[in-house]
Amino acid sequence: MRPGYDIPELLERFKKGQVSAAARLITILENGGIDAEAVLDGIFHMTSNAYRVGFTGPPGAGKSSLIFRLTKKFREKDKKIGIIAIDPTSPFSGGALLGDRIRMQALSDDPEVFVRSLASRGSLGGISNCTDEVTDLMDAFGKDLILIETVGVGQSELEIAEKAHTVVVILVPESGDGIQAMKAGLMEIGDIFVMNKADHKDAELAAMEIEDTLKLKKIADDAWRPRVILTSAKEDRGTGEFAGLIEEHRVYLEQSGLFLKKRRQILFSRVKNALMDKMERRLRASESVKNIMADRMDDVYEGRLSPFRLVHELEKIVTIK
Amino acid sequence: MSRKIRVLVAKPGLDGHDRGAKVVANALKDAGMEIIYTGLHQTAEMIAESAVQEDVDVVGLSILSGAHMTMFPRVMDLLREKGAEHIMVFGGGIIPEEDVEKLEKIGVSRIFGPGTDTGKIVEFINGRFQDED
Ligand SMILES: Nc1nc2c(ncn2[C@@H]2O[C@H](COP(=O)(O)OP(=O)(O)O)[C@@H](O)[C@H]2O)c(=O)[nH]1
Ligand SMILES: [Mg+2]
Repeated sequence: MRPGYDIPELLERFKKGQVSAAARLITILENGGIDAEAVLDGIFHMTSNAYRVGFTGPPGAGKSSLIFRLTKKFREKDKKIGIIAIDPTSPFSGGALLGDRIRMQALSDDPEVFVRSLASRGSLGGISNCTDEVTDLMDAFGKDLILIETVGVGQSELEIAEKAHTVVVILVPESGDGIQAMKAGLMEIGDIFVMNKADHKDAELAAMEIEDTLKLKKIADDAWRPRVILTSAKEDRGTGEFAGLIEEHRVYLEQSGLFLKKRRQILFSRVKNALMDKMERRLRASESVKNIMADRMDDVYEGRLSPFRLVHELEKIVTIK
Repeated sequence: MSRKIRVLVAKPGLDGHDRGAKVVANALKDAGMEIIYTGLHQTAEMIAESAVQEDVDVVGLSILSGAHMTMFPRVMDLLREKGAEHIMVFGGGIIPEEDVEKLEKIGVSRIFGPGTDTGKIVEFINGRFQDED
């Protein structure tokens, strides 16, 4: 039923700017394996430092709605936009309901905006495992600015800090988000804090609370001081200023030399994570590990061998020089 | 290497409720598919462009407003223009028998009447993609 694919042919069409080819290549990246590696090999040299902005914050805070508003603003400046919107995969069925496009429909008649919804699939938390690769692909496709919307729950939300140049934390007045943000470590990773739904009462107060919390942070004089902004995606208020802040942060990173440093950090952690992933997969699939465990677990169950001792035995079959 | 069936579910037209579409979307999700749900008031152009960007295997349209004889052919044409004629299109809603025949002739894979057991829709889609993996 589903047509097969030919990666070199897809790459040809991708280079000519065909959306259907780009979309199919993203699917291949999502599905992983050696085909995904071939796709990345084919496009990586075409990436050119597209600016990456990550958005996190609780479900319902208005991430998708704000990304829609921001995209409109950036389009006025003729920036080409890629959007990656991640929603959770159900651990029970493996299925997912990806609903971020609902807030972005008015973008789908603009050929310079490419929106792709991703399910988090096997990843532990807020981000899909292939986010970096899909971002590369949009970069190689000629997008200037790539906006990444994470699921917005769980510790692994912090992963976005390893993938984006600017991290935006979106909060809402209700439910004491300020305190929650501190707990989750979001205060450490946010470059811009947005108090959305400013059309609700208490938004101003909540924004001040965030400001107060940020004031407690020690920040060097020449470092970026995280900013707090009030917006209403509903009424399109504060959104122009928000777009301006993202630009300001980008200029700061560039002028301070941090942009290149960040880029290197991102690539460094990608190589490390990919290596860990691969090693883990190889270990999980290893017959010798399975055999030794089948042999020796009884000794652990019956108290003759400590778990660490068995791991030492298992480690011997792994050769790393 | 996991491969999921991706389905775009949309509610074109002007009428304002999408309960039926949401029920179908949830049932497909529970069957392990990835559903891109695009909400109300979709034009054919929006639907086709979203389907291409999302590289879906299937598009499901829920239509109550009687615009089915313009909407379905338009979506099919646009998908073809965008190089995505492989996408399977099905529909749900109150559609007269003679129109169902016409729609199936232009390539709409199936029309499900109102109140169809969602299990039937799941079965139908799974059946189309079973031969894989
Ligand atoms: N009153 C109000 N509602 C908003 C605002 N921004 C978003 N919403 C609504 O909040 C809900 C969740 O928005 P969404 O963008 O999907 O949030 P996400 O889950 O963070 O992506 C939707 O019903 C939006 O219409 C806002 O500024 N004010
Ligand atoms: Mg969202």
